[in-house]
Amino acid sequence: MALEQIKQVKGTAVHIPGNDIDTDRITPARYLKAVTFDELAGALFADERFSQDGKEKDHPLNNPRFKGANIMLVGSNFGCGSSREHSPQAIYRAGFRAIIGESFAEIFFGNSTTLSMPCVTASKNDIEALAKAVEDNPKLDVTVDVEKLEVHYGDKSFKVKLPESARKGLISGHWDPIAGLMEAGQLLDEFDEKLPKATKGAAQ
Amino acid sequence: MGKSLFEKVWESHSVRTLDNGQTQLFIDTHLIHEVTSPQAFGMIRDLGLKVRFPGRTFATVDHIVPTDNQTEPFADPQAAEMIKKLRENCKEFGITLFDISSGMQGIVHVVGPEEGITQPGMTIACGDSHTSTHGAFGAIAFGIGTTQVRDVLATQTMAVSPLKVRRINVEGRLRPGVYAKDVILHIIKTLGVKGGIGYAYEYGGSVFDNFSMEERMTVCNMSIEGGARIGYVNPDQTTFEYLKGRPYAPMGNDWDKAVKRWQAFASDTDAKYDDVVNIKAGDIAPTVTWGINPGQSLAINERVPDPAHLPEEERAGTEEALLHMKLTPGQFIKGVPINVAFIGSCTNGRISDFREAAKYLKGHKVAPGIRAIAVPGSQIVAKQCEAEGIDKVFRDAGFEWRGAGCSMCLAMNPDKLIGDELSASSSNRNFKGRQGSATGRTVLMSPVMVAAAAVTGKISDAREVFGLGELATA
Ligand code: SF4
Repeated sequence: MALEQIKQVKGTAVHIPGNDIDTDRITPARYLKAVTFDELAGALFADERFSQDGKEKDHPLNNPRFKGANIMLVGSNFGCGSSREHSPQAIYRAGFRAIIGESFAEIFFGNSTTLSMPCVTASKNDIEALAKAVEDNPKLDVTVDVEKLEVHYGDKSFKVKLPESARKGLISGHWDPIAGLMEAGQLLDEFDEKLPKATKGAAQ
Repeated sequence: MGKSLFEKVWESHSVRTLDNGQTQLFIDTHLIHEVTSPQAFGMIRDLGLKVRFPGRTFATVDHIVPTDNQTEPFADPQAAEMIKKLRENCKEFGITLFDISSGMQGIVHVVGPEEGITQPGMTIACGDSHTSTHGAFGAIAFGIGTTQVRDVLATQTMAVSPLKVRRINVEGRLRPGVYAKDVILHIIKTLGVKGGIGYAYEYGGSVFDNFSMEERMTVCNMSIEGGARIGYVNPDQTTFEYLKGRPYAPMGNDWDKAVKRWQAFASDTDAKYDDVVNIKAGDIAPTVTWGINPGQSLAINERVPDPAHLPEEERAGTEEALLHMKLTPGQFIKGVPINVAFIGSCTNGRISDFREAAKYLKGHKVAPGIRAIAVPGSQIVAKQCEAEGIDKVFRDAGFEWRGAGCSMCLAMNPDKLIGDELSASSSNRNFKGRQGSATGRTVLMSPVMVAAAAVTGKISDAREVFGLGELATA
């Protein structure tokens, strides 16, 4: 059950400055009150983008210059906090297909990879240089090469990192693990037999 | 060479290696709640899959339940819809649900241990980052996203990459007025909010040997705030005594066998760790946060940082935090006025938390104008408090005594900060907007420190307010 192979993400970028941007900021808790992910695009950075009376605040995602961007540039420890998949879902549903950051919180990273959205890491200097170039020219073509682990823009490029398991999964179209997990078949029953389970008032 | 508990549990639960090199790990126990599960059940249906081993999943409602009035229908139709979906899903797939009417409902990380569902040597997963709490029992407990909830429902396994293990020793004696909450805030401050990325934290040393299970849970709970997905304490006599006689714990002959098995999971004395950190218990003071992440904390008698005196790379973050918190660079945190006092959450909403706070609250009154809320972590905690008269102590002091739930920890129910209110909170996250108002401010601290803040109306040193033993110099 191979899915789309994510070898490259091409497009334009937007820089969301700051470190330790947590999932409560990416998707405030009130947006979790839904039984599907369908309506989440509008939740993205809601409290950072809009004041309580609904007025637009100064935020890169409100800036028409960066409209249509599909690559997000971020700082370190992006996506820390809760395990809510609502955060990467909101980013993805708002049109983003790759994130370049200094580092990512682990659960966020895993959730994003499973949505086919690579989160690659790069040095602060490289990200800042790219952010500057994008600031000067928002229409600049940016390519995240997931296969070669490079980012290209203008006549420049830099190396990025991605754990091998995520790289392999993305470029081979196996970023959603469910098919691989299902293949274990019979083995699952063996483990269920073998490993204790919590049972009410009963034997292990 | 010996092995750590992490390695032993990992090896005994590895089903196979997946094509991308990740491990397919069997999950003994899966916990679900109303917020992150409905989408997962939706995915299962879309893919035409079933819940593979429904006896291994347990459900409760915690995040959206109102805590003032729990009679249904709820005032909030979205909350009603979420609880309805959970009930339908549990019914359809044969999953045990600790519903409001069960007398056992509560925050998922309080209920699992309380019922004896959380056991040593287990792998546990839950669509909630504070699943690390269950590590207090010597379990390997992962917070997961919704797609992974789907994976566990469908296969009882998930794809994971191994972690490194960092041993954190806290040796010595804690000073009076210093609690488990202070220990973990101190650890996060020391190692940083991203210090734990890629690691499982193994907590040990004399402080942990002497800790109760509830204190261990408080520390493991906040591992995630230090970037570590997992935190655990090796199982010992304290663990077994806690579990004995709980509804889902093994009984009779099985009990003895289980204890033997559990003991064998503890890290070997010659286990090799990827990193070791030593912390002196005597260095830890009552700690409070001053900023917008749990690593931005200080001892109660310290001054908040002044960006001008910080290295360049820390300045912007500090400025942003001070601005949000409406604090002046270099000012003392002690004495900052509060508006709300909140005792509850999966970090500090257990019986020992309410007992300890009640001990000092007795005979005191909440300062005028302060909204003070006490929210038990589960119906069982609530009942026990009521049996011991603890609820009365809180009520007499001027706290609102609520029903069980997450409440103001993340404010998905009607309990919220208003505007830029400042909350002294026993919860685990001081992120911007976390307590329901984008401009709301949260200061994290131990329950006894929240009690001190409630009665003085400002951030205070509980040791002074309640005459608690020797005063620290830190
Ligand atoms: S109490 Fe807070 S941190 Fe704990 S599960 Fe509920 S919302 Fe999450």
